[in-house]
Amino acid sequence: MKDKIAEKLLLFIAFSAILFLLLITFFIFQQGIPLIFKVGLSNFFSTHWAPTRGNFGILSMIIGSLMVTAGALVVGIPFGLACAIFLAEFSSPPIQKTLKPIIELLAGIPSVVYGFIGIVILVPFIREHFGGPGFSVLAASIILGIMILPTIVSISYDALLAVPNTYREGSYAVGATKWQTVVMLLLPAARSGIVAGIILGMGRAIGETMAVIMIAGNALKIPHSMLDSVRTLTSTLALELGYATGDHRAALFACGSFLFLIIILLNIIAIKITGRK
Amino acid sequence: MTFRIGPRTNQIIAYSILLLMTLITVVVLFFIIGYVFKNGIGQLSLEFLTDKTRDMGKEGGILPSILGTFFVTIFAIIIATPLGVGSAVYLVEYTKGGLIHRIISFGADCLAGVPSIIFGLFGFIFFVIRLNLGWSIISGGLTLAVMIIPTIIRTTEEAIKAVPHSFREISYSLGGGKLDTILKVVLPTSLPGILTGVILGIGRAVGETAAVIFTAGSSLGIPTSAFSSTRTLAVHFYILAREGISMPKAYATATVLIIIILLVNFIAYRLMHRFMAKYY
Repeated sequence: MKDKIAEKLLLFIAFSAILFLLLITFFIFQQGIPLIFKVGLSNFFSTHWAPTRGNFGILSMIIGSLMVTAGALVVGIPFGLACAIFLAEFSSPPIQKTLKPIIELLAGIPSVVYGFIGIVILVPFIREHFGGPGFSVLAASIILGIMILPTIVSISYDALLAVPNTYREGSYAVGATKWQTVVMLLLPAARSGIVAGIILGMGRAIGETMAVIMIAGNALKIPHSMLDSVRTLTSTLALELGYATGDHRAALFACGSFLFLIIILLNIIAIKITGRK
Repeated sequence: MTFRIGPRTNQIIAYSILLLMTLITVVVLFFIIGYVFKNGIGQLSLEFLTDKTRDMGKEGGILPSILGTFFVTIFAIIIATPLGVGSAVYLVEYTKGGLIHRIISFGADCLAGVPSIIFGLFGFIFFVIRLNLGWSIISGGLTLAVMIIPTIIRTTEEAIKAVPHSFREISYSLGGGKLDTILKVVLPTSLPGILTGVILGIGRAVGETAAVIFTAGSSLGIPTSAFSSTRTLAVHFYILAREGISMPKAYATATVLIIIILLVNFIAYRLMHRFMAKYY
């Protein structure tokens, strides 16, 4: 009897995560989607954002988000993979034990601290050495690249470790070096996990807000170079939610709905790829 | 004549590049922490930690933000821990694969990937406006609770899985029911692992900005009730830095934040390590 009640209660609790996911979806869509129908897709996907005057175009922000995300991947993928390969294949257990928590610590540092380091070091550096305002696609890409490193490292590392040891032994037996084994056998074998890690890193980069607001400059136009200021979907949300009312607020939720859809899609792809047991 | 690099040389080059890139990553981490400490440690004092914030943060200390962070985080943990641990217990002890397992796992994985600004939007429209809780410790705490549930589920799940099966069998053989076995054997054994999840959740909550700024608000008063609006340390630091109110105070606040994060991660790592060494 006691066991039966406990099981029912636990089942109910266990659905809390999916329940909250549905609640989030419902409330954000309910606030945002009606506005998209009201103003039409051509207005919503235009480049003109002046929400207090009836222009709700989010295209330049979509492009902005894509640019900083692509930039983050250019920085994050090579460094992330390098760390994962070095940890999984080229270091002894004591080195692994020291390095892994250190790299994971990167994930614990608050995004506002990353943004702050961007403001005091990276932005002035870019301004002096490359020109432009410093607050730029480049600055955001570098900082986001560092921020998504731990995601890429830990998932790729797990994927590499999951490759059976017989692969390595067989490869060494035919005289291949460690590096040849990594490139020809282990990376292809761990491919799906690595791709999943990159996709989740991409999701983090698109969704990151505070660090981007602090260093991207937030100008409302499509950037023409890596040194131009840029405004992302997330920064628009955070910059304007505090004072927006009426259709303006609805437009922010519409923007949030779009962002949420992209993130959920990326999550589903990553989950499908890894095929959780 | 073509010049070919032998596989041995190739390996040495590859190894050096990998080592260099890993070192750069580690140096970046130490640089960020070191830079903030170098500029912030000198500003820290007992007075800074225990004084009210004056003149928008130009003067005084960060007591209101310390209290705000503490209450919001505690609230989040109190809500999220039973939900997260309960979910994990159900996942490991009651489902054996199957559709329900997949749905719950999918929910946790997806929720873990939702960016904090989306939690902020949700908390703002649901807790602050729809449930009429206003900008308050409660709204902020509930929003953070939703955010850290997946962290607690995943860590607890690993911990419970690590409890040797023989422990459960012994309990059953002594006549213990399923619930008794979970409460008296499984949960106590996996406690260090569960605590690790909770502590990691605390770390996420303390460092969070986007999800709390629109739910707990940014009031600088000392919180007097669960319905008081408050400004957490991370939010205070963000406002100090972005509005250029006071760089010395910004560095000092960032130092406090990072010390908390380092402490939290260190404790979590030690706990998990000891626990895993015992059962794996």
